[in-house]
Amino acid sequence: MSAWRTDSGGQIDRARSISFSFDGRIYPGFSGDTLASALLANGVHLVGRSFKYHRPRGILAAGAEEPNGLVTVIRDRARTTPNLRVTQVELYDGLVAISQNRWPSLANDFGRMNDLLSAFFPAGFYYKTFMWPRSAWKSLYEPIIRRAAGLGEAPTLPDPDRYAQRYAHCDVLIVGAGPAGLAAALAAADGGARVMLCDEQAEFGGSLLGSCGAKIDGHQASEWARQVSSELARNARVTLLPRTTAFGYFPHNLIGLNERLSEHLSVPRAGPARERLWQVRARRVVLATGSIERPLVFPGNDRPGVMLAGAAQTYLNRYGVRVGRRAALVTSNDSAYGVALDLKAAGVSIAAIADLRPNPVGHWVQAARASGIEVLVGSNVLGTRGDARVAGIHLVSGTYACDTVLMSGGFTPSVHLFSQSRGKLAWSEPMQAFIPGASAEAERSAGACRGIFDLVEALTDGYTAGSDALPDSATRRATPVDWTSRVSALPVDYAPYLGALPGADEPGRQKAFVDWQHDVTVKDLQLASREGFRSIEHVKRYTTTGMATDQGKTSNLNAMAIVARNIGVPLAQVGLTTFRMPYTPTTFGSFAGASRGDLFDPVRKTATHSWAQARGAVFENVGLWKRARYFPLAGEDMHGAVNRECAAVRAGCGVFDASTLGKIEVVGPGAAEFLNRLYINSWSSLAVGRSRYGILCREDGFIYDDGVIARIASDRFHVTTTTGGAPRVLSMMEDYRQTEWPELDVWLTSTTEQWAVIAVQGPNSRKVLAKIVTGIDLSDAAMPHMSVQNGLVCGVPTRLFRVSFSGELGFEVNVPADYGLAVWEAINAAGADLGMVAYGTESMHVMRAEKGYIIVGQDTDGTMTPDDAGLSWAIGKAKPDFVGKRSLARASMRSPSRKQLVGLRTLDPKVVLEEGAQVAERPGLKAPMPLLGHVTSSYFSAVLGSSIALAVVAGGRARLGQTLYVPMPDGDIAAAVTSPVFYDPTGARING
Amino acid sequence: MSRQRFSALSLIRGGLSRQVGWQAQWRKAEPKPSYDAIIVGGGGHGLGAAYYLAKEHGLTNIAVLEKGWIGGGNTGRNTTIIRSNYLFNESAALYDHAVKIWERMSQELNYNVMFSPRGVMMLAHTVHDTQVAKRHVHANRCNGVDNEWLEPDQAKAFCPLLNIEQNIRYPVLGAALQRRGGTARHDAVAWGYARAADALGVDIIENCEVTGIRRLAAGGVAGLETTRGFIASSKVGVAAAGNTSVVMQMAGIKLPLESFPLQALVSEPVKPVFPCVVMSNTIHAYISQSDKGELVIGAGTDAYTSYTQRGALHINMHTLDAICELFPMFRRMRMLRNWGGIVDVTPDRSPIIAKTAVPGLYVNCGWGTGGFKATPGAAHVFAWTIARDQPHPINAPFTIERFRDGFLIDEAAAAAVAH
Amino acid sequence: MLIIDCPYCGKRPELEFAYAGQAHLVRPRDPSTLDDEAWAQFLYMRANTRGMHAERWRHARGCGRFFNALRDTTSDRFAATYRIGTAPPVAAEDAR
Repeated sequence: MSAWRTDSGGQIDRARSISFSFDGRIYPGFSGDTLASALLANGVHLVGRSFKYHRPRGILAAGAEEPNGLVTVIRDRARTTPNLRVTQVELYDGLVAISQNRWPSLANDFGRMNDLLSAFFPAGFYYKTFMWPRSAWKSLYEPIIRRAAGLGEAPTLPDPDRYAQRYAHCDVLIVGAGPAGLAAALAAADGGARVMLCDEQAEFGGSLLGSCGAKIDGHQASEWARQVSSELARNARVTLLPRTTAFGYFPHNLIGLNERLSEHLSVPRAGPARERLWQVRARRVVLATGSIERPLVFPGNDRPGVMLAGAAQTYLNRYGVRVGRRAALVTSNDSAYGVALDLKAAGVSIAAIADLRPNPVGHWVQAARASGIEVLVGSNVLGTRGDARVAGIHLVSGTYACDTVLMSGGFTPSVHLFSQSRGKLAWSEPMQAFIPGASAEAERSAGACRGIFDLVEALTDGYTAGSDALPDSATRRATPVDWTSRVSALPVDYAPYLGALPGADEPGRQKAFVDWQHDVTVKDLQLASREGFRSIEHVKRYTTTGMATDQGKTSNLNAMAIVARNIGVPLAQVGLTTFRMPYTPTTFGSFAGASRGDLFDPVRKTATHSWAQARGAVFENVGLWKRARYFPLAGEDMHGAVNRECAAVRAGCGVFDASTLGKIEVVGPGAAEFLNRLYINSWSSLAVGRSRYGILCREDGFIYDDGVIARIASDRFHVTTTTGGAPRVLSMMEDYRQTEWPELDVWLTSTTEQWAVIAVQGPNSRKVLAKIVTGIDLSDAAMPHMSVQNGLVCGVPTRLFRVSFSGELGFEVNVPADYGLAVWEAINAAGADLGMVAYGTESMHVMRAEKGYIIVGQDTDGTMTPDDAGLSWAIGKAKPDFVGKRSLARASMRSPSRKQLVGLRTLDPKVVLEEGAQVAERPGLKAPMPLLGHVTSSYFSAVLGSSIALAVVAGGRARLGQTLYVPMPDGDIAAAVTSPVFYDPTGARING
Repeated sequence: MSRQRFSALSLIRGGLSRQVGWQAQWRKAEPKPSYDAIIVGGGGHGLGAAYYLAKEHGLTNIAVLEKGWIGGGNTGRNTTIIRSNYLFNESAALYDHAVKIWERMSQELNYNVMFSPRGVMMLAHTVHDTQVAKRHVHANRCNGVDNEWLEPDQAKAFCPLLNIEQNIRYPVLGAALQRRGGTARHDAVAWGYARAADALGVDIIENCEVTGIRRLAAGGVAGLETTRGFIASSKVGVAAAGNTSVVMQMAGIKLPLESFPLQALVSEPVKPVFPCVVMSNTIHAYISQSDKGELVIGAGTDAYTSYTQRGALHINMHTLDAICELFPMFRRMRMLRNWGGIVDVTPDRSPIIAKTAVPGLYVNCGWGTGGFKATPGAAHVFAWTIARDQPHPINAPFTIERFRDGFLIDEAAAAAVAH
Repeated sequence: MLIIDCPYCGKRPELEFAYAGQAHLVRPRDPSTLDDEAWAQFLYMRANTRGMHAERWRHARGCGRFFNALRDTTSDRFAATYRIGTAPPVAAEDAR
C-alpha cells in the first residue's frame, strides 16, 4: 500500500479495503479506519485552515479533542454535515469529505492574507475599529467579517433523517470504556447490578486500544479489552453502548447520551434512526472519562505534522499508520519515550527526543538511548520550519530535520462531566491539573479522569468504583481482584508541563499557539492581560481562547497557566472557566427527536372534524385544537362564506361545533359556595335547571376567563371555560379548593373531552331540535333562555342548554363525545328543509360581535377588569368576597379614565377597521401621538350592511356619540363611539 | 484620565510596536472609604448607569461593585436580541430610548459593540397571533417605533430559510418586522461601558460582594458592607438582576420578583446562512446567527425559581424541536455550548426602575428576558433617577408602587392566549 | 429534569409536576380589611430566597394534588416534601 501504512498490525480490517474522497481526490482506506487515520495513511496531513489567520493545519490528535481537522461530510445535498472532526468520523466506503474555511482551495487559500497581516489583527481587534462611518458596520465591515468567519457551510435542505429518543434507568452508569471503565463494569456486573456502559468510540478499550503497550492476563491490552467487552455483552443485565457520548450531566443523576446509530455505515440501513438521544437516570454514576494529552506551547507549534505524541502512537498501534518518516519528539515526561520506541520499531526514524526535564532518568530513557535514539535533556524549542508540512525543528542544541514533531506535556484529566454535575474541582499541584474533589451527585470518578494514569492503579480504581456503586440491595459484592498480578507494564513518569515553553513569547519568535482552532497565541493572552482582562472568563471572551468547537479541550489549562503567569497570581486564583454541556457538539435533530411535523405538538380534533374536513372546511389552530373556521362553497372566499353563513343563521338556522370549550363539573355540597368565592357572580341564587354567564378574575382583579355555568342539581354545576383556558382554570380551581378552602366539600372533574357540544342557533333552531329531541319540552315557557334540561336527542342522552352566542334563539346540545358525529349529522339532516348551514369560528365571531359579546383574550387582555369590559352587572353585589374583589376596590380600578369596551361604527360603513388598529382623539396627529385605545374586534356585518368594531377606549363609555379617529398609514378613519351591542339590543330574538 | 482612542490607526500602531502600548481597558480599582454613589452590579445596566452618572450628571466619585467579573451575569449570558416593538406606550418608549442609544453607542464609547440592525422578525402562527402582532404594529407606528406587518411571502423574502408552507402544524401566517432591531456583541457592552466609565474616574471593583446595607438612624442609606469592607455612600443603585431580591432583602425590602433559570445555546459556527433575528413566541423559538457564525438560540425559562445558573435538558429539547420544526435544515447542526442565566421576573413582566422606600436606595430590576436590549436606555434613566432622586419621564411608570395601585404594564398578559 | 417526591405518590420526574410558587402564603380570610399596601404584599411580594425555599408544587399529571417542598435554590436539591397545611419539617429547616 503506501509508505505510511504498516504491513501488519493495528485493529483495522485489512481484508476490507474501501475508498473515500477528500476534496475531490479518491483515496484508499480500510474498514476500521477513521477519516483521520485514513488520510494520514495516504500521507495527507494538511486538512484544514485555522479560523482567523487561515493558517495551514494538520491533524493534532486522535480523538474528541482534535482542534484542527474539521471537515464537511456530504452524503447528499440534504445530508451534509459541517465541522466534523476527522478523528471521530468512521470511514465508510464512498465517504465524501471536503475541507472548510478556504478559498479557492485548501492548498492555496486566499484567506492566508490574514496571516500576513496578523500583526494588525491581535486579539479583540474588532472592538477597536470598524466604527466609522456609523452605517458601515452593517453594510461593509460586518458582512466581510461574517464571510471570513464561520467554518463549514450549513445544510440548506431539510434533513430527511430520523432521530430517536429513549429513557432508561440503571443501577450503575459507567461513562467511558477504557481500563477504569471496563474494570468498573466488571465489578458492577459481578455484583449483579443493572449496568450501562457507554463510550464515544466504536470500540471499547479507550487507551488500551492504541497507546498502551502493557499486557493484561498475558494478552495485548487491546485483546484483553475485546475479551472483557464480549464477556460483558453476554451479561443480560449489562447494556453496552458504543458510539455513545455522554454529553451532559443534569441534576438528580440524569445523564444525556447521544448514540450514533447509522452514520458510520456506507448505506445507512433503512429503519434505524441516525442518532438516538438517551436520558438515563442512574442510581450511581462512575465517570471513567480518561484524560487528554496536553500539547506544548512553543513557537511554530501549529504546522501540519506537529501532533500529540500519544496520537501518533494510537495511529500506529490501532490503525497501522506511520504519521511520518522522521519524527522529533518534545516531551516533559516518559510517555513520549514509549511512542518513540514504538515508532522506531515500525520503521520511523527518530530525529531526537527533546526532553524538557533537566535530568530525566529511568528505564524509558535508558531504553531509548539503548535503541540509538538521541535524547536531549533540559531541551527547549525555539521554532519549527516548513509550511504545509513541518520540515524541521529548532532546538536549543540545533536544528533537526523531520517531517513530524510529536509533543507531550503530560495528561489532563477529563473532568468535564464531573464539573457539569456541579462537583467541586480541586487543583492538584503535582499533576498541574484540576481533579475531581467533592461530589454533588451520586457519582464517583475513576482512573485517568481523576489523575490515576498508571494502568494497574486505574484498573484497581475502576474496579473499586464499580464495586462501591453496587446498590445496598445487591445480592452479592464484587469478587476482589488483584490487578497487580494480572498486569505487566513498566511504570511511567507522567511529569506534566503547563503553560508556554520558556521564551515562547520572545520578540521575533514564531507564533506559539495555545488554541489552534481559534488562532490564539501566547502573545494574544499577554495582550489581554496588558489590557486588564484578568479573570479567565474575561480572557476567554476577549481572546476567544477555548471557545472554538473543541471548547478548549487541549487549550484551556495552558491558557490559564499563561494568564496566571502574566498577571502574577497562582493559577487557582485566575478562576476556572465553567464546563458546560455538551461534552462534544451534539446534533440538534437528536434533541428534537420525533417531535416534528404532525408529532411536533399534539393535535386535538373534535368529533365532527372528519365531517368538516370532507366538506372543505378551512381550519384554524386554537391552542392544540383544530377548529373549523369557515365552510367555503366552491369559488367562495372567507368573506363570502362568512356572510352566507351568518345570513343563514339569522334567517333560518346554523350548526356550530363548540366542543372545544372547556368543561368542568363542579360537584358537592360546597359547590355553590365554591363558585361564589371564585367567580364574580352570585351562584347561590341560581335555580336548578338555569344557567348564567360567569366571569372569573385573577386575584389581581383582571379578567381571566369566562363561560356559561349551569346548575344541574343543587350540588352540581356544569362550568364552561374558554377553549384555551380550560387547563389553567381547572388548575386555579384546584389551587383554591385544595389549599385555601379545604373545608368546602367539592370535587372538580374536567369533562371537556367527554362532551361533544353542538350549537344550534337561529330562529328555526327549536323546530329543528323538536324533530329529534325527546323528553324535553322545548317551548319558551318550559325552557327559557339560559336554562338546561336532560333528555334524549336521537335517543342519545343529552344535557341540552338553551343558550345563545349568536344573538338568535339558540341551543347547545351536549352529548357523550362518541355520539357527537352521529348527532351532528342528525341535526344537519333535521335542518335540511329549514335553511340549516354549518358555520365556523369566523361566523361565530362576527355574530357574537354584532351582539357585543366579548372574547376573553381578544377583547380583553390581562389588564381589563369586569367593569372595563362593561360587565359590572355580573358582579354579585351582596357577596362579601370573591377572587379579585379586593383588587377591584383599589382606587385605580375605579378610575373613569380606564379603557372601556365600546362599539365603533366607521362613518363610512364599507370601511372595516383593522383589528389592533389604534384609536386617537383627534385626526392628523403625528407620531408619537397620544392614544386612547385600540380596536379589539372588527368585521363586516352582513345583517347590518355595515362594518362594526369593538374597541377599548380610555373613558369610552362617556364618549358615546363622539367621533374618534383611527390613524392608519394612509390617513385617519373616522368612527363614532357606540354601544358595543349592534344587533337586537333588546334581545327580542334570543327570548321567545 | 487620558484614554487612548481606539481606531484603525491605533491597531496599526499596535501592530508595529508588538502590541506593547495598550492600556488596561479599566483599572483594577481598590475600594475607597466612601463614594458619592455606588452601583451594585457590574453588568451592562450597572456599568452603564455609572457611566451616565459620570458623563451627564457630574458625579465622578462613583464605584461599581461586582461580586464576580464584570459582564459575567445576564449581560454575558443572553441571546443579544435588541428590539423596541413593545405593545404598551410605556414599554415602547423605554426600549426605543435604548435602541436610539444602541445606534450610536460604538461611536460614543469608542468601542465597537457591533450593533447590527439586521431586523427582528416575530412570527405569527395563529389568528390570535396575527391580531396581537397587528396591534403591536399599529401601536408602534403611532408611537414612532418602526414595526411593520409582513405577509408570509414577504417574511420569506426577508429570511429565505423560513418555511411558509401552510400545511404544517403551525404555519407562518405573517410576521411583525422591526428593521431597526438586531443584535450586538454582549461582552463589548460591559467592557465598553467599563472603559468609558473608568476614563471618567469611576472605580470598577470586581470580586466585591455586598453583604449588608447599612442605614442611617433617619432611615436613609449609609453605605454597604462588602467582602472588602465597609464602603460609605448616601446613594446606592442596585442593578443586580437575578440576585436583586437577595441584595434588597438586606435593606428589608421585599420585591415582586422571582428568579428563574433561562437557558441559551449556540451551534458550531458556519458560514453566513441566517440574515436576521427570528422569534416565535407561540412555539418558543428565538434564533439569529452571530458574527462568528454560530446560530444563537434562546430557550424558555424553567418552571421553578433557581439560582443555579443552569436549566433542565427537556427545556433545551423543547427549544430545539421548535427550531428544527421552523428550520428543518438545521437538524444536522450541532449544539456547541449551552448555558444558563438567572432572570428576575415581575408579575407584569415589565421592569422596575425606581426609588425605594429607603431614601438613597434605588433599584433597576425585573427585566425578565428583556434586560440586554434595554441596557443603554435603562442605564441612562437609572442614572438620572439616582442623580436627581426622581425618575426620568421614561421610567416614571416603572415603579414598585404600580403593583400596589394596579397600574400594571402587562406585556405578557396583553398577548395572553384565550378564546 | 428533577425528581420530585410527591407525598402521595412517591418519586416522579419533574415533567409530571407544575411549580406553584412560594409556599405558606395564606389568602387573608377577609381581604377587605387589608389596606392596599398589605394586599399588595400578599398579591405580589415574594421572598425569592437564595437557599432553602419553601414552595408549592402540584402533581398535575399524577394525583393532581398540591403539596409543599423545601428546595435549595442554589443546588435544586430537595430537602423535603410535605402536605399542604402542615408545617415545614424542622430538621429540613435546620439544614439551611
